[in-house]
Amino acid sequence: MGEQTVLRMENVTMQFGGVVAVNDLSLEIPQGKIVALIGPNGAGKTTAFNCITGVYQPTNGRVEFMGKTMVCSHPTGKMKKSYLGSDRDKFQREPIMAPTPDHVAKLGIARTFQNIRLWKSMTVFENVLVAKHMRAKQNVFSAVTRLNAGEEERMRRETMELLEEQGLDQYADEIATSLPYGLQRRLEIARALATEPKLLLLDEPAAGMNPQETQALAEYIRQIRDKHDLTVFLIEHHMDLVMKISDYIYVIDFGSEIARGVPKNVQKNKRVIEAYLGVTENE
Amino acid sequence: MLQQKTNRKGAAGAVLGILALLLGVVLLENLSALIPGLPGVLQPTSQLFTVLKKGAVYALVVVSMNLLNGFTGLFSLGQAGFMLLGAYTYAIFTVPMDAKDQVYYLYGGSAVKFSLVDLFEGIFGTSGAGGGIALIFAVLTGLVLAGLVAALFAALIGLPVLRLKSDYLAIATLGFAEIIRAIFQWQTLGPITNGANMIKGFPTFADFNIKNSSGQVVLRLSTMVPFLVAAVCIALVVLLIRSSYGRAFKAIRDDEVAAEAMGISLFKHKMLSFVISSFFAGVGGGLFAMYVANAQAMVFTSTMTYEIMLIMVIGGIGSISGSVIGTFLYVACSEWWLRFLDAETYIGSFKVPLLRSGFRMVVFSVVIMIVVLFFSKGIMGEKELSWAMVRGFFQKLRPGKKAAPAEKKED
Repeated sequence: MGEQTVLRMENVTMQFGGVVAVNDLSLEIPQGKIVALIGPNGAGKTTAFNCITGVYQPTNGRVEFMGKTMVCSHPTGKMKKSYLGSDRDKFQREPIMAPTPDHVAKLGIARTFQNIRLWKSMTVFENVLVAKHMRAKQNVFSAVTRLNAGEEERMRRETMELLEEQGLDQYADEIATSLPYGLQRRLEIARALATEPKLLLLDEPAAGMNPQETQALAEYIRQIRDKHDLTVFLIEHHMDLVMKISDYIYVIDFGSEIARGVPKNVQKNKRVIEAYLGVTENE
Repeated sequence: MLQQKTNRKGAAGAVLGILALLLGVVLLENLSALIPGLPGVLQPTSQLFTVLKKGAVYALVVVSMNLLNGFTGLFSLGQAGFMLLGAYTYAIFTVPMDAKDQVYYLYGGSAVKFSLVDLFEGIFGTSGAGGGIALIFAVLTGLVLAGLVAALFAALIGLPVLRLKSDYLAIATLGFAEIIRAIFQWQTLGPITNGANMIKGFPTFADFNIKNSSGQVVLRLSTMVPFLVAAVCIALVVLLIRSSYGRAFKAIRDDEVAAEAMGISLFKHKMLSFVISSFFAGVGGGLFAMYVANAQAMVFTSTMTYEIMLIMVIGGIGSISGSVIGTFLYVACSEWWLRFLDAETYIGSFKVPLLRSGFRMVVFSVVIMIVVLFFSKGIMGEKELSWAMVRGFFQKLRPGKKAAPAEKKED
């Protein structure tokens, strides 16, 4: 992979009490690619996302974003004794860095949620507009006295443009949670795009979608990647979607990586079939 | 939709509306002087004006609490504490120098050798228009100081307290309010706070009545003053809520996790809301001191916070106009409309049963329970009063006509 690496996870371990949810996960996401993280239920995929976005502080390991260390941690306190993961001493000497989610968002990582989290009292338009708040040049005094009128107008114009681009403009005045499920997912992506990210994390974007919608979603993810100059990192259960759009796939089970590679190879990988594909076929 | 809700036209309309309201209040208060022989309701001593004054003061405090609880989703019960800080700040800095010895006689005078009233009277003079301007400046500066002190304390306690969620935040802020109340009654602070005794002698609403040289009141402005201050403050809160920051507050209320993931700093915005809410609670406290003409710590109990919270719930959590309407209804009910229940009444020689001192509060409690039962989301819910809603309401009253869609949604 010769391109610039957008995100690099290095030996990331997340331990809750005695349970290791993510174990020694290392991966790289190159600029402009679509990378997928797959694995059976409870494999630790969402936990890995939460370690990147600052929801959790990993127990051990490092996350680099655009070549700079963003998250870095090592076991402290009680965890020193009860730590079950590997590479215990690798990051011991490095200072702990645990940014809050809003800080991560400012750096340029936006995400969607597995269970849709739209602001339920707001309209579609407002949901996207609020996401513009972070990058607006204003303070509370200019906002109250309306000295930020130009900035406000820019935010509103860009929000409308974004909604038009995503085909959501006709629903602009609807309450967000009144939209059909597929559109809510699309709105969540639009909201994430409004924060002007470099890396987009999608947590099961096709959950609850029928085959046609899933088909359309694949095309859509490619489109926004190209249009917004994004790198996409996604968690997904729909294998056909993953195989279709991913440039590279990481497979984890019980928190640990069991395979990685281009879709063709992962599909043939025995451990993957055993651990993951086999399970879904039995269901 | 691309435009902000408050465009030029709307802003001008709002300003005109406020001016008309103030003018109306002034007219109402002076009507009895212009036209003799009006019913007692319109006399300056009537309960009506007490209700209007107290309503204006409470409306501001309720709106400040709604900003925090209704729009940011922070369940805080510290409002009485911040009102106390505001009331005392206003009182301490505006008691005139020559009244201080009398007020603080137990402690041999005040430790604060400074008064805003004397400061501005030194600049503008004491008599005529100069005295009036001095009074206005002194009161305004006092109220702003009151707000700033409350905001400062909010910023200090916000640091540890805002990490807490829901009930825990409520308990912590309630505790803060009680601690503040105890501290202000502490004897050792007597030279500043006058201990458990009240501070009085500072400018009140009545001082704004314009008198002629022989001491007769020419123009009554005492009701207009709290209306003016409250209207300006509430307008500022509305502007804040409709700004980008207000939307961020609502996002935090609806879903903290999503708000944080979209780059809204929880701590910064919660702090902002907390400090601004406390500022206006402080100003409201200053106004309250003016209304009751004294500042005394024992008034600002948790009962007061609950009263404010009750009004907020009745008006509608997350609705500014609901808060204002709810306040005036609540205050009118508790202070005025139900008064007759407290008096022993005879019809001929028959003594009406139950009517005796204290019965008012029994009926009042029942009224509140009924309101809460039938309007579970408050009078306004989360909506604001608009022309469409008023029109819809009147159309609904007329049989045979269909209600406007804005009204339909309410059910």
